[in-house]
Amino acid sequence: MAKLAVAIGLFALILVTAPLVAVAYRAGGLGLSAADWSALRFTLWQALLSAILSVLLAIPVAKALSRRHFFGRSTLITLLGAPFLLPVIVAVMGLLALFGRSGVLNTALSALGLPTLSIYGLQGVLIAHVFLNFPLATRMILQGWQAIPAERFRLAESLSFTPREIHRHLERPMLIEVLPGTFATIFAMCLTSFAVALILGGGPRATTLELAIYQAVRFEFDLAHAAGLALLQVLVGGLAALVAWIAARQAGFGAGLDRRLPLPAPTGWRLWLDSTAILFATLFLLGPMLAVLLPAISGLLDLPSQVWPALARSLAVALGSTLLTCVTALVLALGAARGQRWLDIAATLPLATSGLVLGTGLFVLLQPLIPPASLALPVTLLVNTLLALPFAYRLLLPEARALETDYGRLADSLGLHGLARLRLLSLPRLARPLGFSAGLTAALSMGDLGVIALFASESQATLPLVIQRLSGAYKQDVAAAASVLLVASSFALFWLFDRKGRNAQA
Amino acid sequence: MRISLAAFISCLAIPAAAETPVLTVLTYDSFISEWGPGPAVEKAFESICSCDVRFVSGGDGASLLARLQLEGASSEADVVLGLDTNLTAAAEATGLFAPHGQPAANALPTAYDNALFLPYDWSWFAFVYDKTKHPNPPKSFEELAASDLKVVIQDPRSSTPGLGLLLWVKAAYGDRAAEIWTGLSDNILTVTPGWSEAYGLFTEGEADMVLSYVTSPAYHRIGEQDDTKDWAPFSEGHYLQVEVSGILANSDQPELAQAFMAFTQSPEFQSVIPETNWMYPATDIALPEGFETTRPEKSLLFSDVEAQSTRQAALEEWQSSLSQ
Amino acid sequence: MLRLEAVELAQEGFHLSADWELPQGAIVAVIGPSGAGKSSLLSAIAGFFPPVSGEIYVGEQSLSGLSPGARPLTILFQDQNLFPHLTLAENIGLGLHPSLKLSKAEQARVAEVLEQVDLAGLGERKPAQLSGGQLARAALARAMLRARPILLLDEPFAALGPALKIEMLALVEKVARASGATVLMVTHDPADAQRIADLTVLVSDGTAHAPAPTEALFANPPAALQAYLGQ
Repeated sequence: MAKLAVAIGLFALILVTAPLVAVAYRAGGLGLSAADWSALRFTLWQALLSAILSVLLAIPVAKALSRRHFFGRSTLITLLGAPFLLPVIVAVMGLLALFGRSGVLNTALSALGLPTLSIYGLQGVLIAHVFLNFPLATRMILQGWQAIPAERFRLAESLSFTPREIHRHLERPMLIEVLPGTFATIFAMCLTSFAVALILGGGPRATTLELAIYQAVRFEFDLAHAAGLALLQVLVGGLAALVAWIAARQAGFGAGLDRRLPLPAPTGWRLWLDSTAILFATLFLLGPMLAVLLPAISGLLDLPSQVWPALARSLAVALGSTLLTCVTALVLALGAARGQRWLDIAATLPLATSGLVLGTGLFVLLQPLIPPASLALPVTLLVNTLLALPFAYRLLLPEARALETDYGRLADSLGLHGLARLRLLSLPRLARPLGFSAGLTAALSMGDLGVIALFASESQATLPLVIQRLSGAYKQDVAAAASVLLVASSFALFWLFDRKGRNAQA
Repeated sequence: MRISLAAFISCLAIPAAAETPVLTVLTYDSFISEWGPGPAVEKAFESICSCDVRFVSGGDGASLLARLQLEGASSEADVVLGLDTNLTAAAEATGLFAPHGQPAANALPTAYDNALFLPYDWSWFAFVYDKTKHPNPPKSFEELAASDLKVVIQDPRSSTPGLGLLLWVKAAYGDRAAEIWTGLSDNILTVTPGWSEAYGLFTEGEADMVLSYVTSPAYHRIGEQDDTKDWAPFSEGHYLQVEVSGILANSDQPELAQAFMAFTQSPEFQSVIPETNWMYPATDIALPEGFETTRPEKSLLFSDVEAQSTRQAALEEWQSSLSQ
Repeated sequence: MLRLEAVELAQEGFHLSADWELPQGAIVAVIGPSGAGKSSLLSAIAGFFPPVSGEIYVGEQSLSGLSPGARPLTILFQDQNLFPHLTLAENIGLGLHPSLKLSKAEQARVAEVLEQVDLAGLGERKPAQLSGGQLARAALARAMLRARPILLLDEPFAALGPALKIEMLALVEKVARASGATVLMVTHDPADAQRIADLTVLVSDGTAHAPAPTEALFANPPAALQAYLGQ
């Protein structure tokens, strides 16, 4: 198991670096220009702000969800996976329906005779990134809360801890363990932002590194420049992962007996705070999604026939990547929990790679050997796995670590190894984060467009590619309806896996 | 058992007996799309060439040349279809193309004669708007800048229409281009990575106008029976986008590639273009009913070489004017 | 026979040496001030804490290089001796086959040991549904089923009440005497040692002293033991 973890970690590192090296080698070097530094500045700035805001908003929501019980709580927790798996353009359209020039908010403001607000510019980029990422942060932090054994809360109650003291002795150590990784994940993801930053950024002020890479690869065919930019992006992402690695401290709560006890639910202003957090999360989640999806539902009935085989292909790719990602992430997380901490970096770096450089590099590597079109689906599978790995790993890690500290020695002393250990210990104890990871991966690969476009020929279109073709052929309404289908099937997959994991959690 | 054995042997025999030549066409994704010209073009050419046409997608228009440069001489493509004249100088410089051997296309507003690249469709760039909301659209870039209308444009660093607009302003205003861009900056709602995002923002009612083509309203009239969309004529003239195809020098099917180039000029190919690509045909054939209302009075187009040499400086000008 | 040959344990701010052997079938108490290294000694024997030098033998077999599960011993920890997500029968069955693929006969043996520790009929319960005494008995039942020649007890009964603890010690003694297993048990209560231990190892001042007969040791305690006992 430990050797497999090292092998997979190395393979992930190679998969991140080899395409970059291939592009640089093909170009004969690396290049950067003066204008890139301002792109780097904007990229860093927006990623930093987006990650800070997402995490800050996620903490009260996760806290409220962990200690309050209300109708629809379980549905809300499932829905927290949703924005993350919306195709970016759908998410942007949803936000515009609320915050755009002719959106609900501004229509109301001007009806009241108040000045309207513009979503374009840095504020728009931030709103979109927070919308896409804060729910994920919430789930990651909530996972941390659920990893504190109920016995510790009972102990705290028996010592008459106030909520403030519970925070100091239980919640703060947990947050110190969970937050750095969550922050690094979101930061790295926002680093590679392209469409969101461009559409809502409002113009060339909002130039990200990923846009500069697009320009270098597509218009200028300046591969040296592209490789230089991609390297910069990976270095920054790697640095963030490294900082998170150093900052994170293992909380070490010890094991509990899996007794299910309600967490102390204080009244007074804390009840108000929790209610506000939950209300905010619900509105902010549902508003944009409903605004963009509801009007398009009527179009579902007359979707063109090409949509169905594309849906089948997307589902196949999604299920394949899910299996691959879960196995990989589980091996890495268990390996890291047993002391191979460098795997943290190997599992975070894929987030910071540029999809375009990854695709171009793979193309450069494969094209001399085999016609790229014949590899479209396998390559998509591999790349999807690589890109989903960081999330799955990050979700599994805290619980894998707790599992190792609490039961590692007992399992070792009983000679519980290999598959038996997986079946009797790791899988049942990690079912919840594993189900969530599987759902996330499935949904992510359903929506992926990145690499397939470089490799696909006419007969291999996936659903996102068909949607892109529809909107490129003026058929924006049909594209919107097909997007509803995509979102619905992504969400169904996500719901299925997440639910299964939560029910199977031992 | 005997029957299936016979069937098995005949299966083995077929590929050897009928070795159908394959013509590989590298093009942009929306050409191949079920809603693009690809399927009809493939069927029509296969019925006369006794060959198998295979379309390979190189992503969108802007990334086609990059794909070609990546593959270089080892490309399996015989024909490339979908470059525009802003990219042809760079394409020529790769040395990968061979002369097409066809006479120049005859229905372009500005003559375009190039031994390597043959136009198959074209249109003018224009700002498209909703007639019912804006009965008096601006008549020039300066009027647009003076108005409080909001437009969406595409980024010239990631999209061909975006690059087209950049060259349009440059061709119309030369040294005054930076000043025009500064004037436009408060009218630009946002800049999208590609055409479809911009057009989507416009149809959702987020923007008053969108940079698209003179032929875009035809889609709404013919495809959706919606007569509310129109394009705004600008007094400076309108910049052209001319889409071309070319033969790769390393093609292993040079005759077939030549035949395909001739086919792109035939009525069978050209008649598919207006209602699938929503562009003007490159040869003189009748337009579909309702396709055209009026034409711009003046056309602008840099030569291939000018477009190539102007681009970088124009881009820097654009960036600095809009970053203020 | 368990033999520690010039074993040296070291970690930041901690050092312990041991060089002695135990006769087979002896019940041995490990006693000494907290932090002196009683648990570390057991960890080293169990294979969780590799010595910096020296060798541990069981009979003629050296334990170095053997993983914890492969060593001829069973260890019971202070807590977490049972997996909370598995039933009692499954937890005990792990002692026969870590894969839990048990034959009918093996399942019957599980039921049998459950009965021996007075847990008959509770096999389908999860640990959270049991009391502390029941949990300790279940852990001991698994040790019985594993039937390894050495049993290491790292204070598994520390959390039990006095009566319950005496009952558990009696059970340990009964099991050990019946199977001929060597028992090494950490305790901080001299009464535990005096109750069942033939020999006692005193751990203090960086040394795990050679085992001495319990009665004699307490009758005439050396200075370190006097200090620990508060005499």
